[in-house]
Amino acid sequence: MINALTYPIRRAYTQLRTEVLSLPSRTIVLVFALALLLLPLYSTDPYLMRIVIMASIFAIYAASWDLLAGFTGQVNFGHALFFGLGAYGSSLLNHHFGLSPWITIPIGAVVATLGGVLVGIPCLRLRGSYLSLATLAFPLILTGILFAFPDFSGGELGISGLRRLFVKPVHNYYAAVILMLVLCFAMWKISTSNTGLIFHAIREDEVAARASGINTKRYKLLAFALSAFFAGIAGAFFAHFIRIAGPSTLEVALSFQAVIWGIFGGVATIYGPIVAVFILYPLTEAVAVFPELREFRLLILAVVVLLVLLFMPQGLTPWLRDKIESICQRCKNRNVFWRRECRICSTAMH
Amino acid sequence: MFQDILITGLVNGGVYALLAIGFSLIFGVARIVNIAHTAFYMLAAYLVYTFLNIAGLPLLLSVVLAVGLVTLLSMVCYKLVIEPVREYESAVLIATIALALIFQETLLLIFGGTFLSSPTLIPGARDIAGVRVSYQQLLTIGVVALVLLGTWYLLARTRLGLAIRATANDLEVANLMGMNVSRVAMYTVAISVALAAIAGVVVAPLFVVDPLMWLAPLVTILAIVVLGGLGSLKGSLIGAFIIAYVEAITVFTVPAGSFLKGAVALSIMIVVLLIRPEGLFGVAFEEER
Repeated sequence: MINALTYPIRRAYTQLRTEVLSLPSRTIVLVFALALLLLPLYSTDPYLMRIVIMASIFAIYAASWDLLAGFTGQVNFGHALFFGLGAYGSSLLNHHFGLSPWITIPIGAVVATLGGVLVGIPCLRLRGSYLSLATLAFPLILTGILFAFPDFSGGELGISGLRRLFVKPVHNYYAAVILMLVLCFAMWKISTSNTGLIFHAIREDEVAARASGINTKRYKLLAFALSAFFAGIAGAFFAHFIRIAGPSTLEVALSFQAVIWGIFGGVATIYGPIVAVFILYPLTEAVAVFPELREFRLLILAVVVLLVLLFMPQGLTPWLRDKIESICQRCKNRNVFWRRECRICSTAMH
Repeated sequence: MFQDILITGLVNGGVYALLAIGFSLIFGVARIVNIAHTAFYMLAAYLVYTFLNIAGLPLLLSVVLAVGLVTLLSMVCYKLVIEPVREYESAVLIATIALALIFQETLLLIFGGTFLSSPTLIPGARDIAGVRVSYQQLLTIGVVALVLLGTWYLLARTRLGLAIRATANDLEVANLMGMNVSRVAMYTVAISVALAAIAGVVVAPLFVVDPLMWLAPLVTILAIVVLGGLGSLKGSLIGAFIIAYVEAITVFTVPAGSFLKGAVALSIMIVVLLIRPEGLFGVAFEEER
């Protein structure tokens, strides 16, 4: 009887020990997630909360870029389109019909997903640099249309006075952090699933993937839809958090920001862009604390990115991961770098 | 109105052509998508503004200095930043984005975010076919025509041009034929940035100068280059005039056209891509598998 009761606990503990604690990278992720969840116990400073909330939103956005660009190799230069579609979709509903954010955020994500499919269809005909440069155009086209109908969209000022999800900052904090953890875990799960494997295959060699009987068009569209869905949630949440949806959510700069975060952190990893956001975003905010450095904020960001890339051209996390973990020659599983033999197949390492 | 469209399209088309051809050249030879391309154009505009209005140098000297300095800077940037990470395509991409941001922020620090306008290089205007055309616009058209002719001569009639075209055609074979491919790439960067700098110098008095002026033309030239076909110089030239005239027609005939001009131009690019995915004059690059 007692055995049956404790079984799930013991099982969870074993899983934790063998699947998470045995690898330093996963341990770091666990510690990081716990630290984020426990942070309000230590301090409820609104400025600190705001930074973590914004970083969480942008982490979802950057990771969704990676799901599309890193995995299927469709390097999207207009990712802000999905962010902006989510933001505008949910805030127009909130503003014109007074719907609650709980309904409008999912609808915003659905709007973004539709936009993703709509953009993905013409992009099926394009590849490589053509695709990147063509996708840059879509958010700008939407911006032009929004500016042409200022009564409906608010024009250059955007739509302001949106409702927040919660009134108290701590509640908003937990909403953002839990949303980020759940969505990013979902994206990571997708990327390690069968579908993720097919995405990898499409990036490496699309012709070979098609020859193996994979409907590459369907999977490329799926990647667009999934990525747009996650970016749309991020955009909608962002609009309801800062309580304004403006044309800045469709800016070229925001699209480039996704590219910078993605490549800086390391592409085709999901966790790479998240790490990049949680390093670069607070860094720029921390710099702004010193008034004399505030104007140098973006300059410092650009220089840091440039210098890091000169030493780690594949991005931050792949470099770091190869330092703390090594791959078993025989079974291709990862191990802590100090292990003499593989934890799965007991082959001698090195 | 018809004449307005004609002149505006011609002037903008010329400037776009200078920018797009340079961009296309770098892509063709070195496969670099140079996001910082228009940032160099902005830098040249600022330099000529500084030399003319703050340092008070003579016109010709400041133009030559601005173009020369920007070209030199581009070669230094290429050596220091781009070449070490050439193997990693994505790293090159964000290296150029970072460069553009660095230029933007540096100019913002030095000059502030205000719009600066410099006096025209040659004052005055005259009526041609009922439209008032300033001498500055005429000068722009003349300079663009001359520079385009010079570029054509350089590429088609000199040994360096031959090397550049050979490298663009097939990098490996060009390397096997004894060309120093990395040096050719650097010269190409220099030529392409020089074209951008000339464009910046001639537009500085036409438009206002501000630290965000690189973004709008960047998007336009990307549209032009994709429309004309990546790496095709003829395509870039024709694409530049197509986009410039489409923009001019939208601005002059459609209400709220200045908001929609970008959207219309970009939509045309997408329509062309749907019909011909490699652009109007696209060169089919060998499958990089």
